[in-house]
Amino acid sequence: MAIETQPDRAQGAGGGQPLGRSGARPWWRRPAIHTAIVGAVIGYLLGHLLGDYLTGATGAANQYPNVPLSDSEDWPIVLGYVFAIVGWLAGLGVFNDIFRQMIGRPAAYNGNGQHEDGGLAKYFRYSLDHKVVGLQYLVGMIIYFCTAGLFAMAIRTELLSPVHHVFTSQVYVEIVGEHGTMMMMLMSSVILGPFGNYLIPLMIGAKRVAFPRVEALSFWLTPMAFLILLSGLLLGGFPFGWTGYAPLSIQSTVGADSYAVAFGLMGVSMILAGFNIIVTVICYRAPGMRWSRLPMFCWAMVTTSFLMVLAAPVLVGGMYMLLMDRTAQTAFFASRLGGSSYLYENLFWFFGHPEVYILALPGFGIVSEIIPVMCRKPLFAYKVAGAGMVGVGLLSFFVWQHHLFDSGINPDMRPLFMLTTELISIPTGFIYLVALGTFWKAKIRFTVPMLFALGMYFNFLIGGVSGVFLSDVPADTTEHGSFFVMAHFHYTIMGGLIFAFMGGLYYWLPKMMGIKLNTTLGKWQFWLMFISFNSTFLPLFAVGMAGQPRRVFEYALNLQPLNDWVSISSFVLGFSILLFVINFVWSTVFVRERATANPWQSRGLEWQVASPPPAENFDQIPVVLSGPYDYGVKDAQPVADLHPPAGVLSAAISQSAATRAEA
Amino acid sequence: MAASVAEDAQGPGSTGPNHGLRIFLIWLPIAVAADLLLYFVYGPHMPPGQMSNSAQSQQFDIKVMSVLAAPVMAFVLVFMAYSVIVWRHREGDDEDGPAIFGHARIQATWITVTAVIVLFLASFGTYELAWPGFAGAGAGEGPSPIWKPDGAPLQVQVIAQQWRFTYRYPQFGGFETTNLMLPVGEPIQFNVTSLDVIHSFWAYQLGVKADANPGVNNVAYTTARQTGNVTVRCDELCGLWHGAMFDYGKVVSVAAFKTWAQTTEVQLAAITKMLPPYSTTYDPTVVPQMSKAMVKAGLVGGNGYYYPPNDPVQP
Repeated sequence: MAIETQPDRAQGAGGGQPLGRSGARPWWRRPAIHTAIVGAVIGYLLGHLLGDYLTGATGAANQYPNVPLSDSEDWPIVLGYVFAIVGWLAGLGVFNDIFRQMIGRPAAYNGNGQHEDGGLAKYFRYSLDHKVVGLQYLVGMIIYFCTAGLFAMAIRTELLSPVHHVFTSQVYVEIVGEHGTMMMMLMSSVILGPFGNYLIPLMIGAKRVAFPRVEALSFWLTPMAFLILLSGLLLGGFPFGWTGYAPLSIQSTVGADSYAVAFGLMGVSMILAGFNIIVTVICYRAPGMRWSRLPMFCWAMVTTSFLMVLAAPVLVGGMYMLLMDRTAQTAFFASRLGGSSYLYENLFWFFGHPEVYILALPGFGIVSEIIPVMCRKPLFAYKVAGAGMVGVGLLSFFVWQHHLFDSGINPDMRPLFMLTTELISIPTGFIYLVALGTFWKAKIRFTVPMLFALGMYFNFLIGGVSGVFLSDVPADTTEHGSFFVMAHFHYTIMGGLIFAFMGGLYYWLPKMMGIKLNTTLGKWQFWLMFISFNSTFLPLFAVGMAGQPRRVFEYALNLQPLNDWVSISSFVLGFSILLFVINFVWSTVFVRERATANPWQSRGLEWQVASPPPAENFDQIPVVLSGPYDYGVKDAQPVADLHPPAGVLSAAISQSAATRAEA
Repeated sequence: MAASVAEDAQGPGSTGPNHGLRIFLIWLPIAVAADLLLYFVYGPHMPPGQMSNSAQSQQFDIKVMSVLAAPVMAFVLVFMAYSVIVWRHREGDDEDGPAIFGHARIQATWITVTAVIVLFLASFGTYELAWPGFAGAGAGEGPSPIWKPDGAPLQVQVIAQQWRFTYRYPQFGGFETTNLMLPVGEPIQFNVTSLDVIHSFWAYQLGVKADANPGVNNVAYTTARQTGNVTVRCDELCGLWHGAMFDYGKVVSVAAFKTWAQTTEVQLAAITKMLPPYSTTYDPTVVPQMSKAMVKAGLVGGNGYYYPPNDPVQP
């Protein structure tokens, strides 16, 4: 049992502000996003000048032989990015408290009772309140998702015809790279960022997260990753998709630096976000919140966080080596100088495969959270559900070479990776056992979140089963690298993760903002999105099987009807996302219909407090009395005692301390 | 498999209609019909066809997996459809559903059934990969393949570069051509390599796919069963003109192939002399005799190199 030794004192405020005398200064003199932008611009200029100096472009003593290398142009860009990141963080005031402590003054934020003042302004600051960070993440993720979605529209526009081209091949590969990379790197936090950070303290009965600074930092790195990645377009883009296989990525022009810096930076953000969630869930659970009472969403978040913390460092290392190859003339990935392109593939996919489960598991968590509430039934086979998440998480580290079945790497290991890949469908299947068991004799309410959850189960079924086809080496030889793979992972990520994200948004926005999204628009959005999504990606399995490789801008003439069908469907899919944005802005900015405190009659602990939650989440640390899914149980206890009588906690603590002493 | 699950789901002591039996009865004809259609009607036309033994192996695997997947998918979908129709919330009913927290027998059955399917698929795939008749199923097996066909195969080297495939036939003097010509009925060994970045050689109708890695010889085997045209595409993003990196090969009779190879060998003899000697991999930056020969022939672009000798900029 994770009982805080001094729960009332140890868990101070839910929020805080790095600058203590905050109220005294006008907003433009306080560090926020505008000072961060100034910092980033100054940082970039400094870094770029330094790079120019090092490579001799400023006329200073040339330290490197002046040959026409792409490398000499890479130094200023890479150093510019790195200094821009530092400048951005400095401008935000991330380092203020560190310097204050260095010169012997107390830190402005000491974890006790300082709360954000002011309405909207706090969302543009380096806020340490997990509820502010959650909403920052939410809006940020929607912006990133829509930007990357626009690139997808552009891809489908180009693929309307195999002979008439909208874009040049150069622009087309840039768009493909931007879409893929932006989706894969930023969407890794699409659920953990907003919902994980916002809801986990509420779900486990804590007043705050374990590391507010780390959490806030993890968010404020994402806008920088997003902007750096986008800035690649100004430098000519990068022609290698989201995988960035060397040696193509070493040979590419300076746009590739934006890919490596942005992806590596997002890796750092993932590590930070993951650590915070892990420690919060392990150490900050309220008394009585046993592991067997932990909401399934928290299980999903903990597993995802472990994957992030264990997999993302490999990505950061890989990106660092790539940058060194591009700038410092190392040869990690250049085979003719003793390196190996296989090394990059290994590093990338050792991160890349856990990454796709980083994208899948949060979706499982959200739907597992929605269905018991909407079915008015306990979650079927709670332990199996948890085992499924942990099993998927564990196995995801042992499958990465199935991306390399045809690459000629370790051909004798392919049966092993075939086995591990197929084994992972067992714990994934648990998610369906849990769903079907929960539906059994349920009273299913077709609210918007439930519709999205059902849509997720439908889509992920197709995505999962097509994944089994890809795990078989002979079948994979046809499907690898074709549109079949593309359809497969869009079914798992777009159909799984994004549908779950939408469900979670309609489900939890009344909690997070106290505002209800429009239900009619929500239903329209769901049906439009569900039908057009399937109409977009189902034909792509056939297109891939018929021999169309991924990331091409020219394809066989006889595939044009199918491709046109897909493109038109994808525009409808884009329109359904536009409906969502309209609904989101309309409902939260203009209509602002107040939600009731617990609109879904959920037993979740997060719904037992006001909506939106008070500054400190709970007046007192609650004592959890029963599990979150006890629907239909006669004489079920309330989930938690929100105002435990004085002395209960200290008694419980001394008891557990005594048990520990005996043990 | 789903039958036992559905029947178990009825559980002891339940009242009302036998939902498990109903779901089973809806599912059974759908599953049987889907399987029969998939195997017998659609099966013979499934991609990538039957032009070679490796294509055949892939088609067979896809067929078997479809037959296994269809009932599983049908079960989940029938169950979900049944649930949302029969167990939907009725107006005015504010009671919660029954408090079922789990069912040990159903859980055990589900885990066992999925485990059996999965283990069967893994061993099936391994068998298909290693069986000599399919010889590695057309996938790239690296420089030292372990699953090979019997006999001495025809050697065809595939050299990928941005954005072209060329082919060398070492058993015919090592001439290099942009035409891919193959004999029917004989085992063929593709030695796939790259001069610059990673490409992938995908001969779609032959069911051959092997990544072209710089400095690596990636071997794949196949035996064509029919004559006809073959589409070759690059299957790994390799830069700007990846989408335009394709050509067509031809599978012809053994006699026609021999005639073609011998004629071409003679035709190209002068050019073949200028090429670097046949090798499993090439380093485009260090090909001295080639650059000398090219300078002599007046071809001096890039100082006789494909790229400057230092880290190449992508053209």
